[in-house]
Amino acid sequence: MTGMALRIGFIPLVDAAALLIAVDKGFARDEGLDVTLHREVSWSNVRDKLNLGLFDAAHLLAPVAIASSLGLGHVKVPIVAPFNLGLNGNAITVSPALQAAISAELDGDPLNPLATAQALSRVVAARKAKGLEPLVFGMTFPFSTHNYQLRFWMAAGDVDPDEDVRLVVLPPPYMVESLASGHVDAFCVGAPWNSVAVDLGIGHILHFVSDILARAAEKVLAVRQPWAERNPQVLAGLIRAHERAAEFIEDERNRNEIAATLGKPEYLGVDAEVVRRTLDGRLKVSPDGKVRESSRYLLIGREGAARPDPVQAAWLYAQMVRWGQAPLSDQSLSIAKGVFRPDLYDSATGKKPPPAATLAEGVGAFAGPVFDPVAISKHLDSFPIRRQ
Amino acid sequence: MVAESSPKIAIVDENPIRAAILEEGLREAGFTAVEHVGEMNNLLARIYQIDPDVILIDLENPSRDVLEQMFQVSRAVRRPIAMFVDQADTASIQASVDAGVSAYIVDGFKKERIKSIIDLCISRFNAFARLQDELERTKTQLEERKIIDRAKGILMKLKGLSEDEAYVLMRSTAMREKKKIVEIAQSIITASELLK
Repeated sequence: MTGMALRIGFIPLVDAAALLIAVDKGFARDEGLDVTLHREVSWSNVRDKLNLGLFDAAHLLAPVAIASSLGLGHVKVPIVAPFNLGLNGNAITVSPALQAAISAELDGDPLNPLATAQALSRVVAARKAKGLEPLVFGMTFPFSTHNYQLRFWMAAGDVDPDEDVRLVVLPPPYMVESLASGHVDAFCVGAPWNSVAVDLGIGHILHFVSDILARAAEKVLAVRQPWAERNPQVLAGLIRAHERAAEFIEDERNRNEIAATLGKPEYLGVDAEVVRRTLDGRLKVSPDGKVRESSRYLLIGREGAARPDPVQAAWLYAQMVRWGQAPLSDQSLSIAKGVFRPDLYDSATGKKPPPAATLAEGVGAFAGPVFDPVAISKHLDSFPIRRQ
Repeated sequence: MVAESSPKIAIVDENPIRAAILEEGLREAGFTAVEHVGEMNNLLARIYQIDPDVILIDLENPSRDVLEQMFQVSRAVRRPIAMFVDQADTASIQASVDAGVSAYIVDGFKKERIKSIIDLCISRFNAFARLQDELERTKTQLEERKIIDRAKGILMKLKGLSEDEAYVLMRSTAMREKKKIVEIAQSIITASELLK
């Protein structure tokens, strides 16, 4: 019997792990799925090929799935995300010069994002006084967690991301080179690129994004809504294969094998050791060899990470509203939340939904009031720097 | 009828040959204001400087995501830019994605005009892909010929065969084993290296 042929797109990043392992270990085949993986070079390509039906499913930035469903900046194509490929996993890396400048202004714990954001604010003010060009921060896509994490962080320290600095989109493979050449002073990107910059001695990891938000939906397994409706059994099989892969990845005994698999040229094409660091959440954070460890760096299956959480979708939509990418409406909020489908996850895996709110609020931001996924307008009012 | 002025077209492509093929096609079709951007550093600044009506970019280029930033409300953009997304014309979008090219246009640019530019892009991109395939095939053939010649030499030396006899032996073995002659030749080379 030949399996159902599926074409699935991905970007070579560590958080594509559940997809890549589901295929490589044969978990997808066990579900009767014959998956062909397509490595892509840009999120625009992944989005367009998914939208056009050239891909049946894709490893996608969670905010892109929401933006597509809302028709923001592009064609409106309803997307559903029945599996969360990763929580967190990004880091903010700064140039040695910016690291020194922030350190000099720092008043408090360097791991406290409020302290570093306030230090950044003083660095920005000093540059302005000297008539220097604004600092440039690289991120991966307009609709990306990286964009929102950078903005949330600096705005908490009174740095306006649109007025006081410049945020520019850069493809992840160009981040390191751009930092080295001084085109950007910092960037927010996923693994392995932060580690690559540190290993080359041209960057310091200032923050894991888990310092900024305890739980942020990063990438999702995305499919078109009509496709999901037409192929419920296939989708359930795909979810189960991913769930098995996520459990396999979270078992520490399998880490060396996973790192070696993901490092292969057809997948990520990087050193297995770099992948291993990401999976373990043990990262070298500065060129002098200093290591930082965090159990929250990248969550793939543990702590219910794989189950899509509509509160996360609401938070991402709230950021689109805050920064002027989307108008605020109850209808849009409900569409955004509807992209994340814990019901599909629950029915495919047969798992019981977790008790409500393992974390008090599902997002765990370091600044501002507890996120309220119902009263977004009121929630955003508490942030002085916003576009809306 | 007064001819409309030629729209400004920017080609973003790191492959200079493909860009040249496309540029030539556009010029032949009467689009005279064409600029090629081959350097991806400071791409946005370069685009703002050209201030094009249409931007064409190949899909192998990671910098496509950089262009997406232009959809965002930004003080830096003088004119709003949108992707060529006429939902009614999926066939055309599909053809362009298949060919490996994508277009962004300035809002308000006439749809009939972009259609002809896109069609031209698709045909030139496909022509380039065919050219590259042919080149690849020729290269492979040349490499296969070298392998076969080496294996022939080994057989001639070891078994005291003439060149023709050595070739016939490989060909009949290939037919019997349902393999390509180059595969048989490769195994002869491998075997002779192992037995050295």
